[in-house]
Formats: sequence, structure tokens, C-alpha cells
Amino acid sequence: MSADVLKNAETKPANPAKSYKPRSRDAIAARVALDIDEGAYVNLGIGLPTLVANHLPAGKEIFLHSENGILGMGPAPAKGEEDWDLINAGKQPVTLLTGGSYFHHADSFSMMRGGHLDICVLGAFQVSETGDLANWHTGAPDAIPAVGGAMDLAVGAKKVFVMMEHMTKTGESKLVKDCSYPLTGVGVVSRVYTDLATIDITPQGLKAVDIVEGLSLDELAKLTGLPIKAA
Amino acid sequence: MINKIVNSVADALADVKNGATILVGGFGGAGMPNDLIDGLIEQGARDLTVVNNNAGNGDTGLAALLKAGRVRKIICSFPRQADSHVFDGLYRAGKLELELVPQGNLAERMRAAGAGVGAFFCPTAYGTDLAKGKETREINGKHYVLEYPIHGDVALIKAEIGDRWGNLTYRKAARNFGPVIAAAAKCSVAQVYSTVELGGLDPESIVTPGIYIQRVVKVARAQAMKEAA
Repeated sequence: MSADVLKNAETKPANPAKSYKPRSRDAIAARVALDIDEGAYVNLGIGLPTLVANHLPAGKEIFLHSENGILGMGPAPAKGEEDWDLINAGKQPVTLLTGGSYFHHADSFSMMRGGHLDICVLGAFQVSETGDLANWHTGAPDAIPAVGGAMDLAVGAKKVFVMMEHMTKTGESKLVKDCSYPLTGVGVVSRVYTDLATIDITPQGLKAVDIVEGLSLDELAKLTGLPIKAA
Repeated sequence: MINKIVNSVADALADVKNGATILVGGFGGAGMPNDLIDGLIEQGARDLTVVNNNAGNGDTGLAALLKAGRVRKIICSFPRQADSHVFDGLYRAGKLELELVPQGNLAERMRAAGAGVGAFFCPTAYGTDLAKGKETREINGKHYVLEYPIHGDVALIKAEIGDRWGNLTYRKAARNFGPVIAAAAKCSVAQVYSTVELGGLDPESIVTPGIYIQRVVKVARAQAMKEAA
């Protein structure tokens, strides 16, 4: 599928005045979900990544981990059924699937650091072309910093997927040569999913796995301000 | 006969000293020992260092302890939240010292304290601002940061069921930091919603063995399940 999309994108005439339509947040989440195999142990970060849960195929058994001590986390409960002893990392009520388990915080983070989690999906302010991640602090002098489990997830999961808008509101690429925001982890990101493309971070540089229809590889590289090869 | 069950929250906290380091269980509202925190406010100890994942929610529990001006320093991973206005105000006014620690390091540093580990090398935060000034080492090609344990004078735990030997079970994800801080403090106090005779807890299901617990106090379950979120 990805190669076809790429080919289509390349054969369409270049038109910077929006020949392409960016993917919706749900479409990005659905694209991430395609890369999660049955049996995977997965942590979805707070914010945008929580949308991925809505797109996991119902027929596959995928284990969702929540940093506060849950494996086999299920969807939000019906209204009126909330149990405030059973919440997710974003402190919203969730449920436990049959076969799920609870454990304490040191165990939960051992699962991350110990390399037991297959995938974590995180949001980001910036990702560098070498996989540095910045997602915890804007560095603004009056901002109160909060880090939570982001740094532990970043170094621990076997694969770190990032889900983010490709560009900032002011039109700068969030994929950058070097992060200007404070780092969460160094060289940790494997793949980035944006509203414009899915991009692998490899020792040979950025490689586009797929691009939205109507946007060429050259245009994508130009918007990003970095060289990007076809995967 | 050993009986760690005390009659009241006041009895459980009578000897907390000024300047103590208090490890507080809970992740947001889940597992937050609100009865013990209210008791600590009542008890009056001040100049405290508090260790918790967050820095208080709303105006109750930990936020109330901060508001009462009893806390000098807070060690936590995620202070800033939609309803952390008490912390925000004190921090911005320079009335509260903050040590920000990645969440897994917070748990592991307390685990290390409870396990008698002098320090440990951890990959988390390597190359970031939170590792600045800390010793690092490359081990088998991977970079690590030296982290030291966090010991508590007192741990405040919300558990579900306890017995007179201090054995505890928890409820769902309210377990979070409870078993970790239980081992990391000199005096660990658990509030529980029910107490049972010895043998009333299945030995295969006891989560925190009584060796880590000094006091157990039974409290009434709050009317509203939503204690904070």
C-alpha cells in the first residue's frame, strides 16, 4: 500500500497551492494502528496517541500498557460506570479487559526500561533527523516543567513511534535537523506519523514510507527542510 | 500479640516530625491517601519534603497540605495539571522547591531505597536537562545516569484491606506507588477500608507483606468515588 501511495504522489503534478489534503488526526491514528501486530505490548502516550486505541482492529489481541500499573487496558467505561481507582495515564477512567492485570509503579517502569514493551506511541514538539525527541517542556522561562513517564518510555520501548502534525501553526517543520526544545531522549524515535507522511528515521537519514496523495517526495522534503529519500 | 492496627489516623501520625520526608502514594486521585493527608494537616508537622507523582489536584488532599504551608519541597514527576492551581501559585511565588524526576526514576529511586541499593545506573533522561550535572557511564555501548535512592521518614499509603500484621491488598490501579513506598520509609502507614483477621487475606494474594508496614488504620470510604481526577 505504502509504495503505491508514494508512486501516486510522485506522478501527480506538483502544486504547492494545496494539491494535497493533510490526513486528519483519526487518519494518522489509523495509520499507526496498521503497524501494530497481534500480540504486541503497546503504550499509548497521553494526548494524540490515545486516539490509536480507537483504530486497533477488533479481531487482533493487542496488549495496552498504562504506566500507572495496568496491562490489558480496555476502553472507557459507559457513563455512570466510572471507577476512579481504574484510570489511565491521562487520569481518565478506563476498564480492564478479561485477562488484564495490575502491578505497582516500579514494575510498570521496569516493563519499559527492561525492553519488554514492543511499541510506545508518543506526541512531540519536535523530532530530529537522528531520532532525538522533544516532547516534555517548551523551555519557556515561566513554564512549569512536567515530565511524567515520557523519558522512561523514550529510552525503554523497543520501538518509539511519534504522532504529530508535520508543521507548527506558524508553518515550521516539526521534523528538524536539531531540536531547539529541551530533549526527552537522544536518538530514540524509530518512525514518525504526521498529517503529511509516515517517515522512518534510519542511520541513512529520513525515508518516506508513505505520503498523502497529491504531495510529492520533493515537496515533502522542501516543507520539512531536510533531505528525505523514498523508503 | 502484635497488632499494627491503630484506632485513629491521629494515633497513626502522632510522631511525625517537622522536616520529615513524606512519601505519598497515589497517581492523580487513584490511591491518594486523603484521610492520612488530612490527618497530617491536623497533626501540624511542617517544613516537610513530600514525594508524590503529582503535586496535588483541586483543593483537597495533597493540595490542601501544600495550601496549609506545611511543605518546603516537593519531589515529583508531573506537577503541572489542569487542576494543580495550589502548587502553581506556591511555585511561582517561590514558596515551594521543586525537584522534577522522571516518573520511572521516581519509582526506582524509592524501590532502591527499600531494597538497600546504594545507587544505580539508569538510561532514562541521559542527554537531557534532567540529567545535567549527574555522573554518567557507558556500559556495553549504552549510556546511563547515576541515580540515588529516595528514603522516606514516613510513607502514607492507601490500600484496600489490611490485617493486624500489616499485610495489605490494594484495589485496581490505586495500587500504583503503594508497594514501592511501603518499603522505602522508616514508618509506613496504610489507610484501609476494611481489616480482617489473620488468614482473612489469601497469602497468595497479599501484595505488600506486613514487614514493610508499621501501622494500619481503618477509614470510611468516601461517599464520592471521584476523589480527584
